[in-house]
Order: sequence, then C-alpha cells, then structure tokens
Amino acid sequence: MSPAGESGRLEISITCKSYVAPSGARLEVLRDVVFGIGPREVVALVGPSGCGKTTLLRIVAGLDPDFEGDVVRPAAGRLGMVFQEPRLLAWRTVEDNVRLVAPDADAATLTALFDALELGGHRAHYPGELSLGLARRVALARAFAVDPALLLLDEPFVSLDQPLARRLRQQLMALIETHGTATLLVTHDPEEAVSLADRVLLLSSRPARILADIAIPTPRRARSDAEVQATLAALRARLAAIGSSP
Amino acid sequence: MQRLVSLILFLAVWWIASLFAGPQMLPGPERVMAVVVAQARTGELFVQLGVTLARVACAFSVAMLAGTAIGLVMGRIRIVDRLGDPWLIVLLNLPALVVIVLAFIWGGLTETAGILAVAINKLPNTIVTVREGSRALDRDLDEMAQVFAIPRWKALRHVVLPQLAPYIAAAARSGLSLVWKIVLIVELLGRPNGVGFEIGTAFQLFDVPTILAYALSFVVVILLIETLLVQPIERRVSRWRIRAA
Repeated sequence: MSPAGESGRLEISITCKSYVAPSGARLEVLRDVVFGIGPREVVALVGPSGCGKTTLLRIVAGLDPDFEGDVVRPAAGRLGMVFQEPRLLAWRTVEDNVRLVAPDADAATLTALFDALELGGHRAHYPGELSLGLARRVALARAFAVDPALLLLDEPFVSLDQPLARRLRQQLMALIETHGTATLLVTHDPEEAVSLADRVLLLSSRPARILADIAIPTPRRARSDAEVQATLAALRARLAAIGSSP
Repeated sequence: MQRLVSLILFLAVWWIASLFAGPQMLPGPERVMAVVVAQARTGELFVQLGVTLARVACAFSVAMLAGTAIGLVMGRIRIVDRLGDPWLIVLLNLPALVVIVLAFIWGGLTETAGILAVAINKLPNTIVTVREGSRALDRDLDEMAQVFAIPRWKALRHVVLPQLAPYIAAAARSGLSLVWKIVLIVELLGRPNGVGFEIGTAFQLFDVPTILAYALSFVVVILLIETLLVQPIERRVSRWRIRAA
C-alpha cells in the first residue's frame, strides 16, 4: 500500500471552466479554483445560487471533462455520489438499487447501512412508493454501499422540511464518521455546511473563485451551540457581503 | 363478457352474409368448422400451423434483436443516426413483395432466404420505435451509472433496457401481426409447406372453406400467444408501475 497522506488526497486545480451560451456568448463559470481534501476530511462548498457549485462537483465526479486544469482523485477506492435528485431506478426495489452499484457488499453490511438510515422496512419497496425524504436516504445508502474513498454530495437535503433535514444530517454525520470518508458537500445552506464540515469554502458569484477557506477545528460531535452559531453568523455576514443572502 | 358478445355478433354477421353470398363465395361458420375438424383429425392442420409458427418465431426474433440493437445505437449516437436514416427510409418504403422476391432470387428458394426476407420487412419498424425510446433515455441515470462505474452490460440490462421496455413491447405487438402476414406471402411464393402454401393451393382450387379454416386457425394461435405470453410478460415487466400507482 502507498504511504498514508498524499495518496488519499483529492487535489482540485481548475484554472478555467466556461461554456458557450445559446446566444453565442462565452460564459465563465469557474476561475482559479484550487483546493485539496485530505482523507477523512469533510469540505463544504457554499456560495450564492447559480455560482457554479454543481458544475464544480460534476467536474470532480468526472462527468464533465471539458475544463482547463487538473483533478486528481484518490488513487484507490471508489467514488460515491448523491445527486440533487435521488436518481434511483424506478423499476428496481430499494435493495436492488443499492445492490446494483455494490454487488460484492455482504448482507450484514447492507443491513447495518439500511438500519442506520431507517430504511429497514423499505428494502422491498419500489422508489415510486417512497417519499422524497426516504428516496434521499436510499440515495445516501447507495453512495455508502460502495464504501467510497471519496463522497460527493450535491445539495443532498434540499427541499426537505427543516426537522427532517436535520435528522438526515445527523444520520449522514454518523455514517461519515464510521466510514471515515473524504467528503465534498455542495450546499446553499450555511447551517448545513457549518454543522457537517471540517472546512467551509466560500465561493464568489460567477465566475466563482474561492473567497474564504474557513476551518472549523472542533470535531463535529464536540461543537457547542455557541460555536456553531458564531461560525454561522460569520459565514452569513460574508455571504451577504457578496450580494446574495441565502 | 363483452368479448363473448363481440364473438357471437361476429359469427352471426358471418352466417347471415354467407346466406346472401352463397356457399361458393362465403361458406358459413359451420362448414369452415367442419374443415378445421377434418384437417385437425389427419394432423395436417397442426403440422402446417407448426411450420408457419416456427417461421414466425425465427423471423420475429431476428427482427426484434437486430432492430433493438440498431435502434438503440441510432438513438444514442448522432453520426450513426445521420448515416443510417436514409437507409431506414428506403427500407421502410420497400414493398414486402420486392424484398421477398429478391431474397428468393439471391438466396435461392431456401428457408434462410424466406425467414430473412420476413425479418427485413419487420426490421425498420422496430428500429424506428426503439430509436424513439433510445432518444428519450434519462441522461441523469446514465450519469449515475457512470459515477458508480456500473459495468456496461450491467448498465444496459438494469438501467437502459427497462427504460426501453415500453417501446420494445409496442414494436413486438405490431411486429407479431405484421410478421405472420408476411410469412404467409413467403410461403405462398417459395416454400413447400405452411399455412401460406396451403392457402395458395386452396386458392387454385377455389376452395374457400380451406382458406378460411387455415386463416382463422392461425388467428386463434396468435390470439393465444398474445393472451398467454405477451400480456403476462408485459405485466411482469411493468409491475413496479402498477404498485407505484
């Protein structure tokens, strides 16, 4: 095995990402976005809506090869991703959806995963029978089933009510801790970022650059309410400063 | 119940029409039934039905397999679609008779030539239908399959084909009826047996009861296939929809 450290890191160095709008004009979406994520580190990307967060995530996922720069993903291990919409196969049961991406996962692991996300009673259901909150959990279960070296989350809890989003965040947090997965989380919700991440990257409006790299040194579990609120207030102030309060 | 009424109504109309047209032109249901029974007794009916059914099955499978594959590729890869489209239009507009005659000239009066001729007649229709489905494939799910590195054949089976299922079912439905009609022409023109051959012989003798006996027997076979095979498969494939409703 390669020595711990650099081999497990995700290195992102995008000099420029642009696309041609239907009008023919060239639109620059990302400019000089450079950062890295270490093993077990959780990084949240926060920025005004439409600033290119999802574009950045798609580049990291390898879905968009049309950009200038480099993305080096962890050498070993698989990629897990949760899209904004659950993107489940409507014609397969919950369990088959998960098994499809992780055919080698053993029954005990899957059961533990389903139980952690309170999906135990839904394994034989089809996605069409699930609420949005449940479908989101299935998408999470699928991402963790591959035991990913890198987890990408694109607004995983958007359009859920606050209490439910909070509960899912707790479950996600527990999974990230037990699996020790390096995670890149895109969100428009500063609270989500502050409660989940070790580091918050603040992006500017288009073309997006990194405005601030805010580390939260206290481990997730040990964060006091006061500390979370203080970081949150600081983050909200900076977001308001770039002209778009969420 | 409605189906039964519909059937009785059909027999009644047939019977009345036969009274007007005379037994030479249109024999009544009872005379045709007598021929069916006589042919079944000798076993001749089942042999001919079996031969024709085997040809239908072969031609149908070839056309569906090739058509689905080509349609899928044309729907997904633009350049193939552009290049293939004019050929498709030619194929769609080529009369069945031309294909059959040319197949027998080039391939000889063989079984392979006959079955291929039928398959080629059905092929463009399958391609067009499946291509439509292939264009409507969900890109989001493709991306999901790519991110999770699902192997190609597995993605085809679990992600792509279920999305195409309604289109393939539509092509199969119209395909079954089209194929058996064309198989009969092939048998009439260049095969020494089968329902089409029997009808051809009966035509030369002006034997209307035999023509109707064979035609109706095969319609019954197709109806049985439709109810006992096609519909259960459709129900099974779409069970996730039914439960979701």
